Amino acid sequence: MNEMAAIVLISVGVLFNLFGCIGLIRLPDIYNRLQAATKCVTLGCCSILLGVMVHFGLGSAGFRALIAIPVLFFTATVAAHALVRGAYHFGTKMDKKSVKDDYRETVK
Amino acid sequence: MRYVAIFILSMIFWLLVTFRFTPANLAAGAAASLLTSAIFGRYYFHNVGKFLQPRRWFWFIVYLITFLWACLKANLDVAYRVLHPAMPIRPGIVKVRTTLKSDFARTLLANSITMTPGTITVDIVGDDMYIHWIYIRSEDPAVYTAMITGRFEDYIKKFAE
Repeated sequence: MNEMAAIVLISVGVLFNLFGCIGLIRLPDIYNRLQAATKCVTLGCCSILLGVMVHFGLGSAGFRALIAIPVLFFTATVAAHALVRGAYHFGTKMDKKSVKDDYRETVK
Repeated sequence: MRYVAIFILSMIFWLLVTFRFTPANLAAGAAASLLTSAIFGRYYFHNVGKFLQPRRWFWFIVYLITFLWACLKANLDVAYRVLHPAMPIRPGIVKVRTTLKSDFARTLLANSITMTPGTITVDIVGDDMYIHWIYIRSEDPAVYTAMITGRFEDYIKKFAE
């Protein structure tokens, strides 16, 4: 039973990581690509870590996997924020499809 | 008091990560925690007594459940946009005003926004947050402010301010 749940969780995680990678290729500019990179990949990794926890039980490895989840959440969001802000200040253009940009006046 | 709180937190973290309770390991953890609290203690919360109020923990758990649900929705949403042949995106950066005052609460709000459907926090200037949104649903500032910060702001205000 545990084995089954672990397999399901890890498969879901790999699937979401795959969606994230497809998003990285298909979406038009860095801002949208980071959306796919942060969301899908973070949840994918969390799901894999949960699967690891279920597989090994709440022992040494299980607790480490559990601790890694909040750490991953905080680092992924901070990294995405830093990358987006850095890209904007560097002058990377937003895609032509973009409809609104309130940030421009503040930067100048 | 702040130094003690961060010492206890880093010690718990150390024990969970290493998961060995030998004296040598405990001593190493204590040394590392002491160093951490000496360096980072003064950036920590000003009022540690907040940790001991059960009301705040209740709202924290409510927040956590809402957050996990929103996070799950965010993933399905982005997966849908990525896999859809026509790629329904309408991206842009919007300005949102926040009522939270403390740095810690603002950090939490910015992180929550980054993990929820289609939004990434770009910058905070004064009271304004700049948010990149993958699909702008509304042109009215009041409507999209409610959509983006919405419930999170209330909950975070209840447990972190």
